Amino acid sequence: MSVRLEAIHKYFSDPDQPDNRVTAVEDMTLEIQEGEMVTFLGPSGCGKTTTLRIVSGFEAPNSGTVWIGGKEVSHLPPNKRDTSMVFQSYAIFPHLSVGQNIGFGPELRGMNKKQIKDAVMEVMEVMNLTDLYHRSPDQLSGGQQQRVALARAVINRPKVLLFDEPLSNLDAKLREQMRLEIRRIQKTFGITSIYVTHDQSEAMTVSDRIVVMDKGRVMQVGTPFEIYSRPANYFVADFIGRVNFIPCTVVGATDGALNVQYQGGIGDAGSAEGSFSAGDSALTVVRPESLRLAKTEAGGPKGLLSGVVEKQVYIGATVEYEIVVPGVETPIQAVTFNPVEEGFIETGSSVEIDFGMKAAHLIPVQ
Amino acid sequence: MSQRLKNKAKQQILALRRLSGDPILLLTIVAILASLVLFILYPLFEVLITSFRDDMGRWSTAPFERFFTSQHERSALRNSLLLGVATAIAGSAVGFLFAFTITRTSVPFKKALNTIAIVPIVSPPFIGAMAIIMLFGRNGLISYQLLGIRNLNIYGFWGLMFAQVLTFFPVAYITLKGVLESISPTLEDAAMDLGGSRWKVFRRVTLPLTFPGIASAMLVLFIETLSDFGNPLILAGSRFPVLSVQAYLQITGMYNLPRGAALAVVLLIPSITAFFIQKYWVSRKQYVTITGKPTSSSIKLVSRPVQWILFGLCLFVAGIILLVYATILWAAFARVWGHDMTTLTLRHFQYVFGVGFSAVRDTLIIAGVSTPIAGILGMVIAFLVVRKRFPGRQFMDFTSMLSFAVPGTVIGIGYILAFNKPPLILTGTFAILALNFIFRYIPVGIQSGIAILRQVDPSIEEAAIDLGADARTSFRRITLPLMLPAFFSGLTFAFVRAMTAISAAIFLVSANWNLMTVQIMAQVESGRFGAASAFSVVLVAIILVAMMIIRLILTKGFSGYKGKLLQV
Repeated sequence: MSVRLEAIHKYFSDPDQPDNRVTAVEDMTLEIQEGEMVTFLGPSGCGKTTTLRIVSGFEAPNSGTVWIGGKEVSHLPPNKRDTSMVFQSYAIFPHLSVGQNIGFGPELRGMNKKQIKDAVMEVMEVMNLTDLYHRSPDQLSGGQQQRVALARAVINRPKVLLFDEPLSNLDAKLREQMRLEIRRIQKTFGITSIYVTHDQSEAMTVSDRIVVMDKGRVMQVGTPFEIYSRPANYFVADFIGRVNFIPCTVVGATDGALNVQYQGGIGDAGSAEGSFSAGDSALTVVRPESLRLAKTEAGGPKGLLSGVVEKQVYIGATVEYEIVVPGVETPIQAVTFNPVEEGFIETGSSVEIDFGMKAAHLIPVQ
Repeated sequence: MSQRLKNKAKQQILALRRLSGDPILLLTIVAILASLVLFILYPLFEVLITSFRDDMGRWSTAPFERFFTSQHERSALRNSLLLGVATAIAGSAVGFLFAFTITRTSVPFKKALNTIAIVPIVSPPFIGAMAIIMLFGRNGLISYQLLGIRNLNIYGFWGLMFAQVLTFFPVAYITLKGVLESISPTLEDAAMDLGGSRWKVFRRVTLPLTFPGIASAMLVLFIETLSDFGNPLILAGSRFPVLSVQAYLQITGMYNLPRGAALAVVLLIPSITAFFIQKYWVSRKQYVTITGKPTSSSIKLVSRPVQWILFGLCLFVAGIILLVYATILWAAFARVWGHDMTTLTLRHFQYVFGVGFSAVRDTLIIAGVSTPIAGILGMVIAFLVVRKRFPGRQFMDFTSMLSFAVPGTVIGIGYILAFNKPPLILTGTFAILALNFIFRYIPVGIQSGIAILRQVDPSIEEAAIDLGADARTSFRRITLPLMLPAFFSGLTFAFVRAMTAISAAIFLVSANWNLMTVQIMAQVESGRFGAASAFSVVLVAIILVAMMIIRLILTKGFSGYKGKLLQV
């Protein structure tokens, strides 16, 4: 079922100081397609969890409406909405066995014992939990608890699955494994899902689309590729991955690319957010892995930027550089691959920096 | 300012609108608030109103003026306060002695000492006074039979204080034991490691950390002593008037309601004051050392000689308690206490199960009905206070805890004033006793319920709602099972209190509905110690059996249960 949020506003106020309002969500409008997995991504306090709780019905928006499958549900309490939530703390009922936990939803729907057991067994099969039916929750590992929480949420075949930072209590390795698991289950059941996280690599791997939020506002909605390579603004570019912002001036346009003047020459930017005309100042967003480095040679070719290597860190698969470029405030970050064959550039060396048209994305100076 | 009020009103309306989506929840809240007003505040209000009337029913401050004119009433106030302070200090000292000896030394028989120190809680609260008369009175076993003294003066301050310390020190013991157990012994080890002598470590580390607990115990004991009715009725006599007994005598003896009410109001003021100090000041000063895992005590804070002195003192107190119970037990079987004590007989028990049996039956019915209701109600209130936002939440919290502070005498007078006239006439009925017990004995359940709920992740309940449970189902299937330890400790407390209640109940019993405690009191007053003792023995036996049954249900039905049964 599709989910639609329309002009949602939500603020909280301190009961002791009602004038002291904190905006949690501001004018949020969003449409989520049937079967789609959408992630709310943002720093803590950006309103992503609040939005999730508005969809589930645990919070009521101060204005705006929530629609599920074409029906307005804004006035319905959580237990009347066809949504299921996977909680950050898992919220497994500590006094019930694993089987009873998973069977709680079907039991509430008035199924008989046999039906409940069958339904539970089926879901446990899919989730690789088969032998844990009679276990008590405190005998489960973190990953198993996570699976039980997920099984309990999907067994009712809800129209919408809601994930509230479900992996934040797991260790790194298990987290990566569970990401794929969650994505697999979501696709198996084809349930429209909303996933809240502050971990960008998690968002990149599980989502069809990502909603980047900051201070209660939507900063960008797009596929993981769009979010990473065509950020809509400074915040998104800066929040997702590592990035360089290079000040530049637009000088013209040719063949759908903008011609941009850098410190060392004129380059092309393949995409831009907003419209620019000749003479405008802009920022070029370019990722460290898109930069090509070459040692400066006397009389040799000049790059778009020239600078001096200030720091060089050998990681193993890659080498990371920080390069001071005159006129660029923070040092440029660059990554090179295959150091065994390509070699290193020593600290203190002068380097020429180049990048291609597709890697350069223009945003307005903030 | 007006904007602020407007905002506040707006939020309340918003909260109400949310509640209206759940009519059962709304109804529950309204019903609880209404019954708290009706059965706690309204009776208190009636006491206050009545205390400002003169003998003709006109508005007047005459009942209070007597405190300036009448020597008798002034000394009642002075005696009550004096006793309250003295018992609070002495009782806390004995409680600390037991708590410290049991938690910080390695003396033998700790388990037995612990049991003996708790026994007075599960007995009628005037057993001490009974035993004193039987041992030291005119025909007392020790005073007359052994020593030949006829007129040892046990009536008055010293006898009364002795009985009250015996009755109430267990409350201090339980509080202080909890506090001492929560202080990690590693702190004391550390202090000693830094070169402190034992005495210095005790004075500079242990005692200061325990101080908030001691202050809290003293205030609770002060309230209990002030409210105490049974001991002074037996031991105070006319030369040592105290407020609670004087209020009772004014009302049941002189039929002077305003004067009784005025005495009740004067009794209420110090109790409420102590309650506020305890709740809003001392309880915030508790030190809690959280270590995660229990730290093993190395127990070397006390040197050997001191340890044996402490042990000796504990044995002495334990000996007195055992003497009291042995006396009661003996008296229950002796033909005539004080005259023919060696002929053993069952005739007192024949009396209890014959003529007196209606009181046993009534007590069981009333306690049996009011206890589960108080238990459930306590959990519901704890849940609402911790988990829900609604107008009147703080009012609910405060009012339901108020019963801790209001002396039974005051609430008893309030009930006969409030429910002896329309709109609600309840005097003489089963309901007035049951309602009184329900609303007086919910606070312990509420307190432990709140403590547990604060530790339960709210998303566990949200998960139930999210899966389709309504508020009622979620409470029944998820919240209540998680609150079981609190529920059972509230249940035990309510049952013990309902079985041993006297101060409020004595105003509310009738020919149709009587109580064992009131019967015991009547037997004592007419000097029939055999029957009184037999009643007491049966009463304690019922409580012990009931506690055993509750424990059995717990261990068989809820193996995960780890809480304590009796928490005060």
